[in-house]
Amino acid sequence: MKRKDLLGLDGVSREEITGILDAAMTMRQVVRSSNKKTAHLQGKSIVTLFYENSTRTRMSFELASKYMSAAAANISAGASSVAKGETLIDTGVTLDQMGTDVIIIRHPMSGAPALLARHVRASVINAGDGMNEHPTQALLDMMTMREHLGGLDGIKVAICGDVMHSRVARSNIYGLTTMGANVVLCAPPTLIPPRIEALGCYFAPTIEDACEGADVVMGLRIQRERQQKGLFPSVAEYCDNWEITPERVALAKKHALVMHPGPMNRGVEIASSAADSSQSVISQQVESGVAVRMALLYMLTRREA
Amino acid sequence: MDNSILIRGGRVIDPKNGVDAVLDVLVRDGKIAQVGEGLQAEGVQVLDAAGRVVAPGFIDMHCHLRDPGQEYKEDIVSGTRAAARGGFTGVCCMPNTHPVNDCAAVTRYILEKAQTQGSGVHVYPVGAVSKGLEGKEMAEIGRMKQAGIIAISDDGRPVTNSNLLRLAMQYADHFGVFIMSHSEDKSLVGDGVMNEGFISTKLGLPGITRAAEEVMIARDILVAEAEGKRIHLCHLSTKGGVQLVREAKARGVRVTAETTPHYIGATDDWVIGYDSNCRVNPPLREEEDRLACIQGLVDGTLDAIATDHAPHHMDEKRVEFHIAASGISGFETAFCVSHTKLVRDGYMTLSQLIEKMSTNPARLLGVPGGELSVGAPADIVVLDPDREVTVDASQFVSRGHNTPFDGRTYYGAVCATIVGGRVIDRE
Repeated sequence: MKRKDLLGLDGVSREEITGILDAAMTMRQVVRSSNKKTAHLQGKSIVTLFYENSTRTRMSFELASKYMSAAAANISAGASSVAKGETLIDTGVTLDQMGTDVIIIRHPMSGAPALLARHVRASVINAGDGMNEHPTQALLDMMTMREHLGGLDGIKVAICGDVMHSRVARSNIYGLTTMGANVVLCAPPTLIPPRIEALGCYFAPTIEDACEGADVVMGLRIQRERQQKGLFPSVAEYCDNWEITPERVALAKKHALVMHPGPMNRGVEIASSAADSSQSVISQQVESGVAVRMALLYMLTRREA
Repeated sequence: MDNSILIRGGRVIDPKNGVDAVLDVLVRDGKIAQVGEGLQAEGVQVLDAAGRVVAPGFIDMHCHLRDPGQEYKEDIVSGTRAAARGGFTGVCCMPNTHPVNDCAAVTRYILEKAQTQGSGVHVYPVGAVSKGLEGKEMAEIGRMKQAGIIAISDDGRPVTNSNLLRLAMQYADHFGVFIMSHSEDKSLVGDGVMNEGFISTKLGLPGITRAAEEVMIARDILVAEAEGKRIHLCHLSTKGGVQLVREAKARGVRVTAETTPHYIGATDDWVIGYDSNCRVNPPLREEEDRLACIQGLVDGTLDAIATDHAPHHMDEKRVEFHIAASGISGFETAFCVSHTKLVRDGYMTLSQLIEKMSTNPARLLGVPGGELSVGAPADIVVLDPDREVTVDASQFVSRGHNTPFDGRTYYGAVCATIVGGRVIDRE
């Protein structure tokens, strides 16, 4: 891999994505084995720098590092320290001086990983920045889809939920469209950002239209505070119109997958009966996550100079 | 040798008097003494302006000198020097200082410091509409006027309360003071940090709808229309805003308006890469807005180009886009950007540009300058319009090096700035 950082999937080629997904398939053997230890990252140091709460993403990166024998450390900085504490650039330079090879950053503000990457020698992986991108989530989603559906070219992926505030949505739109998939979005008009179709996706007027003939039905988290901010009137009305239910999933193809990046708000954007159905691959997404992150860490630390 | 100057052989452009010809300008006792061909004067300082343009000095209706209170960003000394570097002979400084310029004492402080320590550029303080810019009680407009304010504004914030705007308009008019409105509906801005559109969607940055600006422009126009009073609208950035002003002028509303070099020289796609130097309020808009602002200048809808010079410390920009300070240090790029985007791109003549940067601001503000008439103050700028200049923010005279134009190439250099017959800046 030639790149120093992975800040997003915008501009990442089909070949690069395929390369990462292929390597992740190999790494998954490690995750599934009884002796989860390889020497791929021996002598490398990896830091997670999280300015937002996270359980699964951070644990996933941490385990990925440890399974490959890296020295891994975690920094949790509250969102309040963004404005009040040390500047991001200063923190980055400090980590650089300590010999960090990879900084994995999650930050509430879009563009923060780009700012960090410009000022550090270490590789930077974006683990989610504001409403911008969450590339490793999209990679693990694509890995899961590819395995179950055999490929990504020409598949229809319906993404339903809070598209406006979702970095998962943006990364999936970039990644999936690059891989030849058709992405259809569905959400209340107040949760769709302007001119999103210009990113190469489509907007479905109803969730039934979105699900019709889909290969994947993916939910996105609806935070309760969006309702309090007046973006939709009530959870009940949201569910009436946009919740992923078994009836709506039934409009999709027979083999269609139900996905969700987690954490789920059961009974809001997705019904438990859909999330726990036989079509759901939500728990497998988590396994793919560790494998994708192992592949990426390995590839970035071995990048050509 | 007395303090006279003979500016010889330049292309003299004086829109007010319809002059655009190669002439000499003789300055005596701080005033324009003679304009004509082949002027002779014994024992005077000669400024060779061959191949240059000689014009009335630029007058900036809208800037932030940050003094008192935020001298780490800029002060009256550095700010007036930077203004001189940019070819300005007069600047209006906005009242959002610490303390706010909402009383005569602060007005007097600004004027006295400008007088004693400034570069010589005329400083015209703008007083606050409301005490502390809080939008509640009217500031002492009469006393500030007596101390020397030129206009009032709560710039940086809108006057949200429409009745306060109406009352201030009525009251200020009694003192011959008009309102410069920062038109912005904060509820529509929300947590937005850049123009709302495809680029904000792509970058995942919260957007600011054009309606945030246009709703308040419409309100300001309607209140001014109902009262029959005058209003000046600051830093227009949208196509819709320009159209609202165009329609209001057509039906006789006493409205005037300005745009800035960055709205005619930059667009929201410059934010790609999250360069915090592109963070400004109102935000950089899209190409159709940029073209509409240009059209507004061309057809007279927009009367003036003001800089909205907003210097910030580097530390306030070397952070995440969301928490970066809003504003652009604009004095030293105003001419080259405007000249390139308006004159070189073929939208207007250099004379028309000088009208927007000098003649019209002087007229709107009712201050001397903006002309090269005999007897007028010798506030003059000498320009080399076709010289290629590459912006180097590190060389700015202003303390604020925050500019999205850094490293870009434009056409138009300021060679000398003269105030009251004294050369205060010369390259």
